[in-house]
Amino acid sequence: MSDLIDAFQVAGKAFFGFQAIFFALLAIGINVHFGYTGLLNFGQIAFAMLGGFGIAISVSQWGLPFWVGVLVAIGSAVVLALLLGLPTLRLRADYLAIVTIAVAEGLRLLFRSVSATPVTGGTRGLSAFNGSFIALAPWDTQKRYNILGTSWSGGELWVALIGWLLVILFTLLVWQLMRSPWGRVVKAIREDEDAVRALGKNVYNYKMQALVLGGVIGAFGGMVYAVGTGSAIPDQYQNANTFLAYGALILGGAARVLGPVIGAMLLLFILQFADTGLRALISNGVIPDTLLSSTDVAQIRFVLVGIGLMLLLVFRPQGIFGDRREVMLDAR
Amino acid sequence: MLTLLVAALGMALALLVPGTASAAGESVTGTLQTSRSGPIEGVEVTVETVDGTEVQSVDTDENGRFTVPVPGPGQYVVTLAEGDLPSGVDLGTNGDTVTVTVGPGRAQPVLFGLVDGTSNAGGGSIEAVQLLVDGIRFGLLIAVCAVGLSLIFGTTGLTNFAHGELVSIGAVIAWYINVRGGVPLVPATIIAMIAGAGVGLLNERGLWRPLRRRGTGLVAALVVSIGLSLVLRYLIQIVYGGFSNPYADYQSQRAVDYGVFTMTNRSLASIVISVVVLVLVALMLQRTKIGKAMRAVSDNRDLAASSGIDVDRVILVVWMMGGALATLGGVLLGLSDQVQWDMGFRLLLLMFAGVTLGGLGTAYGALIGSLIVGVFVQMSTLIIPSDVKYVGGLLLLIVILVVRPQGILGTRARIG
Repeated sequence: MSDLIDAFQVAGKAFFGFQAIFFALLAIGINVHFGYTGLLNFGQIAFAMLGGFGIAISVSQWGLPFWVGVLVAIGSAVVLALLLGLPTLRLRADYLAIVTIAVAEGLRLLFRSVSATPVTGGTRGLSAFNGSFIALAPWDTQKRYNILGTSWSGGELWVALIGWLLVILFTLLVWQLMRSPWGRVVKAIREDEDAVRALGKNVYNYKMQALVLGGVIGAFGGMVYAVGTGSAIPDQYQNANTFLAYGALILGGAARVLGPVIGAMLLLFILQFADTGLRALISNGVIPDTLLSSTDVAQIRFVLVGIGLMLLLVFRPQGIFGDRREVMLDAR
Repeated sequence: MLTLLVAALGMALALLVPGTASAAGESVTGTLQTSRSGPIEGVEVTVETVDGTEVQSVDTDENGRFTVPVPGPGQYVVTLAEGDLPSGVDLGTNGDTVTVTVGPGRAQPVLFGLVDGTSNAGGGSIEAVQLLVDGIRFGLLIAVCAVGLSLIFGTTGLTNFAHGELVSIGAVIAWYINVRGGVPLVPATIIAMIAGAGVGLLNERGLWRPLRRRGTGLVAALVVSIGLSLVLRYLIQIVYGGFSNPYADYQSQRAVDYGVFTMTNRSLASIVISVVVLVLVALMLQRTKIGKAMRAVSDNRDLAASSGIDVDRVILVVWMMGGALATLGGVLLGLSDQVQWDMGFRLLLLMFAGVTLGGLGTAYGALIGSLIVGVFVQMSTLIIPSDVKYVGGLLLLIVILVVRPQGILGTRARIG
């Protein structure tokens, strides 16, 4: 029984930890792409990787200040969005899907390759770049603090605080944008691109703007993750994470301002609970070792997300808060 | 890439045969092998203590292996007779002498790091031809896998992101039958292909047909296929494990010299099998009733249905065929690159590149496109390092989309 409470506490920390922030920001970005504009970006993790490595490379390799690193990260996300969008945004939806997933995987392979090691640190990645950011915390980052029965280091708390501020900021931004004329055009593109074109709007430009905006939000997710873990390693940015974020978005409800945020918190809670719970069941011998060993548990989360994604799309594509009419399911 | 060092194999063998000869158990052991020459037999290897006393001198056996028992733990100098190496095989950066430290009771592996000249040939014509042939093999392999992907897209409109998992599942099933079951690889592959067709059938009957009946949109179906891909990929990792394993047969083959290039017999077999299978698929599409029905459904589904074609049955056959072909491709890939849990997913991106290049939804386009992608990926290692060669293939995909988004055989109308 105490294991169960433990699992709840660990999962409760995941509810607010920087991982939830990471997925919330990824999902907010995907919400701009997929939820509002109807763009199938399956390479969101590439934006996050550029975000994380933008800071890591600038600070620990080039010796630039932290804030310049943030600017580099944003800049590289914008460039990536332009590169992805230029060839594909005029084409049918699934072309963007194929290209984005290919670029995300390609970039990861490139970053972990031997020839990129002098810049990216190869498979070992980079570390020691978040010192000046952690030092800004107004409290003692060395001490550990107890909040609601969970233990946090001062640094973790600081990253989580700034991270959640970013989440709130971007949520408000998306909320305001989607009430604006720009948002109405973008939503109209999702519904019927040709009709918008007939009204004299430059659909291509609007799509590109949405792609850049969502990508930059995703890059901020990557920055929070890199600063939170204190290291940037290419293999942390597996493309399965993009689909975890899709799972979060669709669980919460696409094309809803709070959908991605609530979805990310819930998803992380469920995953962490399943993770810790399964490990406890295995170590207690409830689940025999031959059926599932504790090393397999890390893979279970992706299996769960995959099943969840399929079930949600088949039976409740609007998620918890969504409106079925607003969910883009029938692209041309 | 082709510079196979003695490293991995020497290690593995050393672990398998710990100190066979000496009573105390200490020995030095290793394997002389490169990818082009295969195991190298009859090379004299001399082991001396650090102060120059010879311990023993042996010749490598037919597997290129040598094991020399040593009197006790300590440092030993292992020297290789350079004159015994076959032509084309040279000493690597380690030179002909390696000093090793043997721990108590250990069979210490020795790494000479032989090279066969392929990596530093510096873009000579032979190097290019070699890569071209390798690229054709790889491209044909991609084509075998991608024909199913393209036909499924053509007949149902589904962009199936779980197609890579069909490849992995097939390769893994064949691995279990071959390595665990002890069945030779050829019958094991045939059994696995039948199983692969069954997986394709399950896909269609268990998931996609019900979804079509429900009227699930194409984008929703696309995301469902990603969910399926995640589930299957990580289930494979849980069941099969995260390691890469070879098949039991055809592993230690010597490359045969064809003048301007060399090739192992298994690579040659891979090319022949791919060509035969692809020709059969093309004949089926052109000549048989079901093949014509497939093309008709791809072209215009409603028209095909109203002219009396049983569309659901055609789609079912396409899925089963796709599953069986993906399995075959998986086995061929496993034969050249070993069996891995995510081999299919990594190949999927190249399949997409090939299919897009040829024109989404056209069977022959998938063939031509895959061939070009395969050759491009292998030839690109002339210029870029081989661990980023897939990146080159993905870049090619983007360039194609800018220049000719409908692909080589696609029609403008399809891309909207």
